[in-house]
Amino acid sequence: MDRDSPDRTNDFVIKVATVNGTGSASANGMLMQAIFRMGVPVSGKNVFPSNIQGLPTWYEIRVNKDGHLARSPKVDLMVTMNPKTYEQDIAEVSPGEAVLYDSSWPLDEELRRADVMFFGIPLSHMCVESFKGARERILMKNIAYVGAVAALLSIDIDVLEEMLSEKFGTKQHLMDSNTAALRLGYDYAMEHFDCPLPICLERMNANRNSVLMTGNMAAALGCVYAGATVGAWYPITPATSLMDSFRGFCERLRKDPETGKNLYCVIQAEDELAAIGIVLGAGWMGARAFTSTSGAGISLMNEFLGLAYYAEIPAVIFDVQRAGPSTGMPTRTQQGDFFTVAFASHGDTKHILLFPGDPRECFYFSVKAFDLAERFQTPVFVVSDLDVGMNDWVCEKLEWDDGHIPDRGKVLSAEELQEMEAFYRYLDADGDGIPARSLPGVDPKGAYFTRGSGHDRFGRYTEDGDLYQDVVDRIARKIEGAAEALPPPEVRVVDGATIGIVTVGGCRGAVLEAVEILAEEGIALDFLRVTGFPFSTAVEEFLLSHDLNIVVEQNRDGQLRRLLMLETAVPKSKLASVLDYRGAPLSAEVVARGVRDRLGLVPVEAG
Amino acid sequence: MTQTAKPSVRHPGLRKNKLGLTRRDYEGTQSTLCAGCGHDSITAAIIQAFFELDIPPYRVAKLSGIGCSSKTPTYFLNEAHGFNSLHGRMPSIATGANAANGDLSYIGVSGDGDSLSIGLGQFCHAMRRNVNMLYVLENNGVYGLTKGQFSASADVGSTAKRGEENQMRPIDPASLALTLGASFVARSFSGDKKQLVPILKAGLTHQGFALVDVISPCVTFNDHEGSTKSYAHTREHGHEVVETDYVPPLHEIQAKQDHGAATAVTMHDGSVVRFRSVHEGYDPTDRAAAYTHLKELQARGEVATGLLFIEPKSLDLHTLENTVDQPLVDVPFEKLCPGSAALAKLQSRWR
Repeated sequence: MDRDSPDRTNDFVIKVATVNGTGSASANGMLMQAIFRMGVPVSGKNVFPSNIQGLPTWYEIRVNKDGHLARSPKVDLMVTMNPKTYEQDIAEVSPGEAVLYDSSWPLDEELRRADVMFFGIPLSHMCVESFKGARERILMKNIAYVGAVAALLSIDIDVLEEMLSEKFGTKQHLMDSNTAALRLGYDYAMEHFDCPLPICLERMNANRNSVLMTGNMAAALGCVYAGATVGAWYPITPATSLMDSFRGFCERLRKDPETGKNLYCVIQAEDELAAIGIVLGAGWMGARAFTSTSGAGISLMNEFLGLAYYAEIPAVIFDVQRAGPSTGMPTRTQQGDFFTVAFASHGDTKHILLFPGDPRECFYFSVKAFDLAERFQTPVFVVSDLDVGMNDWVCEKLEWDDGHIPDRGKVLSAEELQEMEAFYRYLDADGDGIPARSLPGVDPKGAYFTRGSGHDRFGRYTEDGDLYQDVVDRIARKIEGAAEALPPPEVRVVDGATIGIVTVGGCRGAVLEAVEILAEEGIALDFLRVTGFPFSTAVEEFLLSHDLNIVVEQNRDGQLRRLLMLETAVPKSKLASVLDYRGAPLSAEVVARGVRDRLGLVPVEAG
Repeated sequence: MTQTAKPSVRHPGLRKNKLGLTRRDYEGTQSTLCAGCGHDSITAAIIQAFFELDIPPYRVAKLSGIGCSSKTPTYFLNEAHGFNSLHGRMPSIATGANAANGDLSYIGVSGDGDSLSIGLGQFCHAMRRNVNMLYVLENNGVYGLTKGQFSASADVGSTAKRGEENQMRPIDPASLALTLGASFVARSFSGDKKQLVPILKAGLTHQGFALVDVISPCVTFNDHEGSTKSYAHTREHGHEVVETDYVPPLHEIQAKQDHGAATAVTMHDGSVVRFRSVHEGYDPTDRAAAYTHLKELQARGEVATGLLFIEPKSLDLHTLENTVDQPLVDVPFEKLCPGSAALAKLQSRWR
C-alpha cells in the first residue's frame, strides 16, 4: 500500500471472505454499521450462495466520502477467512493493497503476492485459547476480525462496543465474550502492525439525516403505511424478507389495542399460484392485498395475472428480481423480468410497473402502488431486485404525511348504489376508461359476476366479438391513461449533451458515478432513470431529443431497451445498450467502459 | 353460453322466509346445462338451503372454478357477488376473500375435474386452513365441457362413452378430506334433495371448511351402463350413513324433544345439527370410524352418503390467524396506518 499516494481517507473498499452459516453476516454488518455511525458514506453488498451452511460467501464494503456507493470492483483490504477461496481472494486484491488472513496456520507460499501486503493474525488460535466450545470459538473469531479491521482502518472501537451493548443489552456473558473477542483482534493488530493503514476512516457528518435499510424492509413498511391488510406469499429468495418484515412490522404496529388481535392477515400459501389467488380474492373483496415474489413466482402467477387484468381486480405484486432464467442463480441479482411483468399472461395484456431505485423509493412506491392498483383496478408491480431488496443501503430518512388519504379509486358505497338506476360493473361512465366497482356484501344492487371469460360492458357473459372488443379496448385505454399518473422519471441534464444515458432501478448509483467519471473525460451525458411503465411522455421526449441513448441495465437481452423500442416513438438506431448480467450489483467502471465502447462503435457528431 | 333472465312474475302465495323473501329471491339466471343434469338439482337444493337459513343473498359470496359445475353459481342468488375464477383455483380466491371479510357466507362450487386434478393442491390447502365456507363438489367422474374424458374420480372399471375402461384408482374427495383433517365431510346425491338440503344447511352453518361431495350424474357423458356415477348406480348402491336434520337455534328445545335418539352437535353459531345414525353406534365425530366406514362400503362397491364427519368446534382461518372480529375490509385507514411518529421511532433504530 503506497503511503505516499493521495489521500485515501474515507475512500476505499473492504472485502470479507468467509463461509456461510458461521455468523459472519452479522459481523460484517457490524463493520458497515460502525462506519455508518461514524458519519461516513458507506454501502455493503452481500454476495452469498444458495446454501444454508458451508459454502463461500463474501461481503463488500465501499466507503466513499463523495457518496458514490455503487459496488466497486477494486479491493483495498481483503479479509480472507475462508482457506477454500484464498487463491481467488488474494488474486482479486488491487496491486499495492492488503490482505488480512488467519495466521493460525501458515499461508501457502505460492499464494503470496509481492505487490500485496499480508497481515497475519492467529485468530483461530487466540479464540481457541480464550473461548470454550466450537460454536463460541467460531462466532468469536468473526468478532475478532472485526476488531482487527477496526484497528487497521481506525474504526472507532467505542462505536463498536456501543453496538455490542445495544445488541446484547442485559445478557452480560454475551457482552463480555464479544467485547473480549473484539479487543483480541484490535489489540493484536495495534501491537503488531503500523495502524492505521493509509486507507482509513475519519469521522464525517454525512449520515445525520440517514438510516440504514433494505428495499424489502422499506417496501414492507410501505405496505403497512398504505393500509394493506392481506399478504399472501410463497417463500422465495430474494423476496422472503419482504413478507417477513411485513409480519414483523405488523406485530408491532398492527395489533388491536383493545383485544391484541391482528389487524392484518398473512398467509403462507402452498405455491405462488395460490398466493396471487389469495391476493385477488382479498382485492375483489375490497382489502388492500399484496404478494412478494421473484421471477420464478411471477412465471407461476401468470394465469391469475391475466384474470386480474381482464376482470379488473386491484393487486400489488413485489417482484424482487434474481438471476434467471429458470432457477437461475437464486442469490444473485439481475433485472431480467421486465418483459415477463410488462406483458404477464396470455392474450393481450399490459401491466403497470414501478421501478424503485433504492430502498427509500421502495417505501414510497409501495404506498403508491396500492393507490394505483385501486385507482386503475389492475395489478401493479413494484419491480426491484436482490441488490435493492436485500442489501443495507444508506438512505435519507423516510417521512410520512399524516394527512395522507389513500386513493381507493371508484368504489361505490351502499348509498351511491342505491341512488343509481342500475349498476353495471364494466360501464365507462366517466370516459376515462375506469368503471366503478362495487364490493361484495355492501348492497344488493352492487351484485355482479366476476369472470375471466368474455364479458360485455354490462358485466354479462358474451361471445359476441364486438361486445368483447368494446371491453378490451377500454382496458387498453385505461392502462395507457395510467402512464402520467406514475412517479415521474428522474432526469438530470447538462449543457451541451447530445447523448443520453438511460437506466432503471438499482443501477442508478453506478450510472450517476459513471456520468461523473465520463464528464471528467469530456463526455457529457444527460441522465434519465425510468421509474414506471407504461412510459410517460417525458421518457419519450428525452429519448427523441438525444442523438443516441445508451440504455444501461442488468440483463442479457436489453429488455428495457426493447420495451422502449416497442412503446415509444424513438427509432431503434437511437438506442444502444450497456449490459451487465453476471449477477453482481453494477459498478461505475463497467458502465463507463461500456459507454466508451459504444461511443467508439457509434460515430458521435460534434455537438 | 348465454345468460337468460328468468321472468320476474311471482305468485302472491309464495312462502316467505324471516327476511320476507321468497324462494324466487334466491334464484339466478336460467341454467344452460344439459336437460337432466344433476348439477341443476344441486342448484335447486342450494337455493332451498339459503332460503331456509334466511341468509340475505347480498351477504353471500359465491365462487367457482371452471367446468360445468363452475357455471352454476350464475343459476342461484342473483343478488350475491359471484366469482367464476380459474380452473382449479377457486379455493385460493375464496381464501383471500374470506381473509378480507369473514362476515359473509361463502359458497364455492367445484367439480371433480376442477378439485381433484388441476386444483387438487388448492382444494387440500383450503381444507388445511379450514376456510369458513361451504364447498360443494359436484362429482360426475367425467370432463363434460371437453366432451367426456375420465376425471380423477372415475372408478376402476367404469367405461367412457366410447368404450375405453378406466384402470386407475379414483381419488375419493371424502376419504381425502378425512385424512387431511377436514372439519366437515359429507356426501350426498344430486337426486336426493331431501338428504342434500339439510346437509348444505349444516355445511353453511359450520364454522370452517365444509366439504359436500355430491354425486351428480352427467346425463350426456357418464349416465350409462358401466358408469358408477350414473343415476341408476347411485340409487342402487348409495348408503346413507347419517341422516342430517338442520335445526335453527330458535327451535332447539323442541327439536331435542322430538329426536331424542339422534346425535346432536352444536354448531359454532349456536344452532344445532342432529345426526341420526342409520347404523347403530355410528359417531359422526369419530374421524377414524368415518374413514373405516367409507372404505368398507367402498370395498363393497357402495357409496356412503350422509354426514360422515364433523368437528363442531374446529378452528377456522380467522381463529388460527388471530384476526380482529371486525372484517379487515371494514377497519378504517386511521387504524391501519401507524403515522409519522411511529415511523420516526422505528427509524431511530435503523442506525
